[in-house]
Amino acid sequence: MTDRTPTSDSAPADIASAVAITGPARHPGPEEIIPPGVVPELPEKEPDAFLAPLLEPFEGARLEDSHGQEVLRLDRSRLLEFARAAKDAGFESCADVTAVDWYRHRRVRFDLVVNLLSRRHRRRLRVAVAIPGDDPRVDSIVSVWPGASYGEREVYDMFGIVFDGSPDPSRILMPDDWVGHPLRKDFGVGSVPVQFKDSHKVT
Amino acid sequence: MTDTRQGAETPETEVIEVWAAGTEVPLFDPTDEGTQEIADHESEARLDEQFGRVVTDDYFEEAEPGGEERTIINMGPQHPSTHGVLRLQLELEGEVVRRTRPIIGYLHTGMEKTSETLTFLQGPTNVTRMDYLAPMHNELAYSLAVERLLDIEVPARADAIRVLMTELNRISSHLIAIATNGMDIGAISMMLYGFRERELILDFFEKTTGLRMNHNYIRPGGVAADLAPGWRQDVTDILDTLPGRLAGYDDLLENNPIWLERTHDVGIITAEECDAYSITGPTLRAAGVPWDLRKAFPYSGIDQYEFDIPVGKNGDVYDRYRMRMDEIDQSIRICRQVVETMPKGDYRVADRKVTPPPRARIDESMEALIHHFKIFTEGFKVPAGETYVAVESPRGELGCYLVSVGEAKPWRQHTRAPSFYNLQALPIMMADSLVADTVASIASLDPIMGDVDR
Repeated sequence: MTDRTPTSDSAPADIASAVAITGPARHPGPEEIIPPGVVPELPEKEPDAFLAPLLEPFEGARLEDSHGQEVLRLDRSRLLEFARAAKDAGFESCADVTAVDWYRHRRVRFDLVVNLLSRRHRRRLRVAVAIPGDDPRVDSIVSVWPGASYGEREVYDMFGIVFDGSPDPSRILMPDDWVGHPLRKDFGVGSVPVQFKDSHKVT
Repeated sequence: MTDTRQGAETPETEVIEVWAAGTEVPLFDPTDEGTQEIADHESEARLDEQFGRVVTDDYFEEAEPGGEERTIINMGPQHPSTHGVLRLQLELEGEVVRRTRPIIGYLHTGMEKTSETLTFLQGPTNVTRMDYLAPMHNELAYSLAVERLLDIEVPARADAIRVLMTELNRISSHLIAIATNGMDIGAISMMLYGFRERELILDFFEKTTGLRMNHNYIRPGGVAADLAPGWRQDVTDILDTLPGRLAGYDDLLENNPIWLERTHDVGIITAEECDAYSITGPTLRAAGVPWDLRKAFPYSGIDQYEFDIPVGKNGDVYDRYRMRMDEIDQSIRICRQVVETMPKGDYRVADRKVTPPPRARIDESMEALIHHFKIFTEGFKVPAGETYVAVESPRGELGCYLVSVGEAKPWRQHTRAPSFYNLQALPIMMADSLVADTVASIASLDPIMGDVDR
């Protein structure tokens, strides 16, 4: 990170101090946990003939049914291993990588959501991986699907989840010297003066 | 290269002789057969060069500079051919691009964060501004996702209107893509024609939705308003006008040697690379993969209409142009069927939970007024759950990942933007190509920066 010393009190140099000036984030602290049961778990589903051999080695995995779509809950340590197996099984493309911040709604803070697509078998599979908020890191799947790179960079940028082994671990949408990860729920919204990169150097 | 340089290879012995000073008769007869032959031959070669049929640039033959002579230049974000605020870092070796790194985010306005502060009914106003050339598709993906969480089915007429509007939108979006592609390569007329024809469709959109862009027309539960009176004639007029104009584009471009030279075998990407880099839409189909979400995972009853998936062969700039032209033809086909088979009935779902009461009821019923007020201030609650819905936008797979925790606002709304993932194709297309071809590659990819940065 670059050296950033504001030249005047009126122009906050980074987003953190800007938020401090304009008021606290709307959400209270993380110690306040919403009672469990607000976000119900999805019903479990039996894997069909195509998925059963793929899921067999992953004993902790749980296949869920979400409005007719298949969601696979997986332990984060096995994501890369599963990605390799899924690609061999016919999921030739990773359509999307995104994440959800369950701030105060679930015990484990983040869900990494990977959308897989198999053209040959004409089916999708969504892989959800829980990632704790105090250790937000997971193995990168760019080595399996190079196209996941932009998605992973966006997730890192917006949620601060670090992808181990990523060839390009950098921000993609926000400026490189931005402080904070905007799509986290404890990142304030609104009432923030527009900040430009290195703006304090201009004056 | 030598075979294209016939003009320069002419032996010097055949140079036309001149009338020597002091002689009484010319040294040759002006009607001498051999002389005429040479002159014709020379002028023809010159014409070939002039019209671009023969290119005699020879910088390829120069010795390539060494690795230490690589230069890095920035193209954009203010470059007019980057279609917005795309910035490319090009690593050049002379005229040849060795590596490319797209740098994005200049248009990032946190629209996914904004989505979390808007109700499900206000959501379409937000997503419609993402891909501003295909607003209908954005609204459709969002609305389908909300409807799946609510578990409601929209009436058949709403589905048909949605198909009609999205297919018209596909035509207008492809027209822009072809127009800007032409302009970037130097065919300025194409730019004017493309925008002229798009105007026909925008006029119809304005009449139906009230706006030319950012319509907020397709909403959870159906569409905002029924089609305007006389829509059948309006759409038929557009559909009758377009084929003739499209034939005009073909006349303009297909016989244009400059266009052909600059698009054939330029910016090639293969089907395997498309798979690896999550690239969808016309780019994927140009590489020879018949993949279209309208066929693979049909939505809004689009499977009841007949249409084909155009497929390319080489995956170059020309094929992507061809895909768009052919897809316009197919969209015209779909629209004609919709006009013929438009079902009667309601244009939004009868579920009072998501549908505001009709305007006339508000004047006579207090309950209807309260109901109307509640829907537009508080919105409706959507059961907790998550879903991913994808539609085939003009640029590829446009997905909407929606998470609800049972409130009136989404907990998380993510748009799987086709332009965002398709940008990963640029470094592949532009590797070892000429600087001049970068604009052709960018234009053929048709990225919308609002969609990329969101």
